[in-house]
Amino acid sequence: MKRRDFLRALALTGLATTVEPGKAFDMLIQTGENAAGNAYDMVAVMGGEPEVMFRSAIKAMGGMSKFVKKGYKVAIKPNIGWDKTPEMAGNTNPKLVKEVIKQCFDAGAKEVVVFDHTCDDWRKCYKNSGIEEAAKEAGAKVLPAHEESYYRTISLPNALNLKTAKVHEAILDSDVWINIPILKNHGGAKMTISMKNLMGIVWNRGYFHANNLQQCIADISTLSKRPVLNVVDAYRVMKSNGPRGKSASDVVLAKGLFVSQDMVAVDTAAVKFFSQITDMRLEDVAHIANASKLKVGNMNLDKMKIKRIKL
Amino acid sequence: MLRKIRIAIALIMLSLLSFYFIDFAGIAPVETKLLTKIQLVPALLALNIGAIIILLLLTFLFGRVYCSVICPLGIWQDVAEFISGLFKRKRKYKFLPTRNLLRYGILGAVTLAFFLGFTFLLSLLEPYSIFGRIASNIFRPLYQEGNNLLTTILGWFNNYKLYMVEITIRSIFSFIIAGISLLIISFMGYRYGRLYCNTICPVGSLLGFLSKYSLFKVRIDKNKCNSCGVCATKCKASCINSKDHQVDYSRCVTCFNCLESCKKDAISYDWSLKTAANEKGPNSGRRSFMAVTGAGLITIPLAKAKNTAALLNGKKAFKRKQPLSPPGSVSAEHLLSHCTACHLCVSRCPSHVLKPAFTEYGLGGIMQPMMSFEEGFCNYDCTVCSQTCPNGAILPLTKEEKHLTQTGRVVFTLENCIVYSYDTDCGACSEHCPTQAVTMKPYKDGLTIPTVDPDICVGCGGCEYVCPAEPFKAINVEGNAVQLEAKPIKEEKEKDIKVEDFGF
Repeated sequence: MKRRDFLRALALTGLATTVEPGKAFDMLIQTGENAAGNAYDMVAVMGGEPEVMFRSAIKAMGGMSKFVKKGYKVAIKPNIGWDKTPEMAGNTNPKLVKEVIKQCFDAGAKEVVVFDHTCDDWRKCYKNSGIEEAAKEAGAKVLPAHEESYYRTISLPNALNLKTAKVHEAILDSDVWINIPILKNHGGAKMTISMKNLMGIVWNRGYFHANNLQQCIADISTLSKRPVLNVVDAYRVMKSNGPRGKSASDVVLAKGLFVSQDMVAVDTAAVKFFSQITDMRLEDVAHIANASKLKVGNMNLDKMKIKRIKL
Repeated sequence: MLRKIRIAIALIMLSLLSFYFIDFAGIAPVETKLLTKIQLVPALLALNIGAIIILLLLTFLFGRVYCSVICPLGIWQDVAEFISGLFKRKRKYKFLPTRNLLRYGILGAVTLAFFLGFTFLLSLLEPYSIFGRIASNIFRPLYQEGNNLLTTILGWFNNYKLYMVEITIRSIFSFIIAGISLLIISFMGYRYGRLYCNTICPVGSLLGFLSKYSLFKVRIDKNKCNSCGVCATKCKASCINSKDHQVDYSRCVTCFNCLESCKKDAISYDWSLKTAANEKGPNSGRRSFMAVTGAGLITIPLAKAKNTAALLNGKKAFKRKQPLSPPGSVSAEHLLSHCTACHLCVSRCPSHVLKPAFTEYGLGGIMQPMMSFEEGFCNYDCTVCSQTCPNGAILPLTKEEKHLTQTGRVVFTLENCIVYSYDTDCGACSEHCPTQAVTMKPYKDGLTIPTVDPDICVGCGGCEYVCPAEPFKAINVEGNAVQLEAKPIKEEKEKDIKVEDFGF
């Protein structure tokens, strides 16, 4: 162990032990497992508009009220990382975000908040992605995430590299949270799907890149408060030059949507879907296997109950 | 009445301008920019003929109204003077002799230095820029502090209408200069009225020379005047010699305080020549003024641009040889000959990428804006700084022009790269690259490593900002002394890809 690494480990361990279990920790009981007794582990939909696909997917999953109870505070984490319009497929489709929020309220949610720790100027990302407007129309609150003061430190006891992380308080203070990534190519992580989307709930992303990115993505996915739903937006898919994208030629209209509580499973499925567009080997998207090893979820789709719907 | 109108206009002017500088959220109306464009030095440097003509005409007609209702620093001194009035009930000024040698000496020195490429002196003394630096270095953080406090309070009530902002001092040097300027100028205003305007300010001296010939003037009717001297005690420019019934028009800032003070109705502000007192003002400044104008005709010698981009070898800190000037500033020379460091661009830059330089541009360019990637990078689609500069130092760019403006060129240092050092994935640089001048190419064991194409790089610094390598970044941007045109990004042919099945 290098001196630098030793000191860092020492500091992080120290930090982790000083974290007081607060109110947020009471809610850290969600798991990605099929505890709710769902009919299906995953629902995959193809061929419709984003909101239509989600409606049929959530119906097959047993309805939103299975995940969002009356009076719940819900946090929603779409991908709003880039100052790009919806056509460029850099961010989650705003229509999908809007539909998810609507259904949360229909299920009796008291409050829905939406945020992302963006890569470009956050105000431009929120605006130009169309997500801010869509979210507000649906009655959600859009929260800023560009300052460290919005984040609180949590510990990740099951992680290998990332032992603690500063996570946005919207996640920690919510009753349940919903992960809505977009499916796209990614220069560093190879793919952006649901686990990669968790980098946007974290303050210090630079640490991920400097300390084995693929492991850190798996590590953050071990957080005890898992998303209650992962909704992968594959309506428009950025096949190359991701995650930012260069031009319209990077985008393919694929009209897909995958929903699961299991991040590993849904990411595995999404990579297989993606590899029909551009070559992408599952083993190169190393964070999926890493997360599977940490028991975040299941890579073996054959053993899962998957509902496939073509609209 | 005139005085009240003057105060009203001045206050509106000061408020709008201040808000334009401190407004971090971008809610000030775009029209506010007009107020910066009618400032004299920005107008001169931008060769904004319309504004120059209007200002000259105003001065020839009404005297130095520029100093009383347009110049924010002038108005700020009135505020300081007003505050002093609250504490000291009977503020009395008295007529002071002119200090023409000093005034025109400074004007001459500033102008000469400017044309010799030493813009710093002009930046240091020019009133609009002084005010700009005070507003962006002192007022802005205070405003942000207030915003953050309010955000915290609203947060207790689950209200997220406002958001926290990070308060940073971008350049200690600029901050100190702004602080010192604020103290000195406020003190001078508090204690001596418009002493700064009439002994130091180069704009005041220039306009003072012209206003001697203005049509409308404060005139003392000798027949009515009993030389009581009340008017002189009210004159914050200390320019009324009541004994001789004379006003030094080169120093009168048309504040109109004297008009209301005269019990005998002997003072009026009009164009009529018949009541004119002895108007022969001090004349010794003419020679200096001519010298200054002459100097103005000297053109700036253009030094040859050096292409300093070079790859560095070995794991060591990247030393930028040439700072990156803001997109649209054409070249370091162009910036040097137009920018007076008002910091409006620095203040309004939403990405926190602009920062006042120290000596990166040389001594003459101290405090001028440069791009620095510690706190952010230049947003690909953003043209705020180029749209906001009143001096023409940063020329306006459309989004499309900006996409092809190359402020610097990317340099990759393999030895520092995370992928090379640790055999893990990273790709943060390529992620942020809007043109894919940094792309990830197959390396080994399924890993990818950056490769760069400086020709399509725009120099935004996204890669440098996010590179997590320590202690030295693996990717940097070297500035272009003269901004180049980046090659347009190649559009790949759109393949008609149909996805028919789930694939799992």
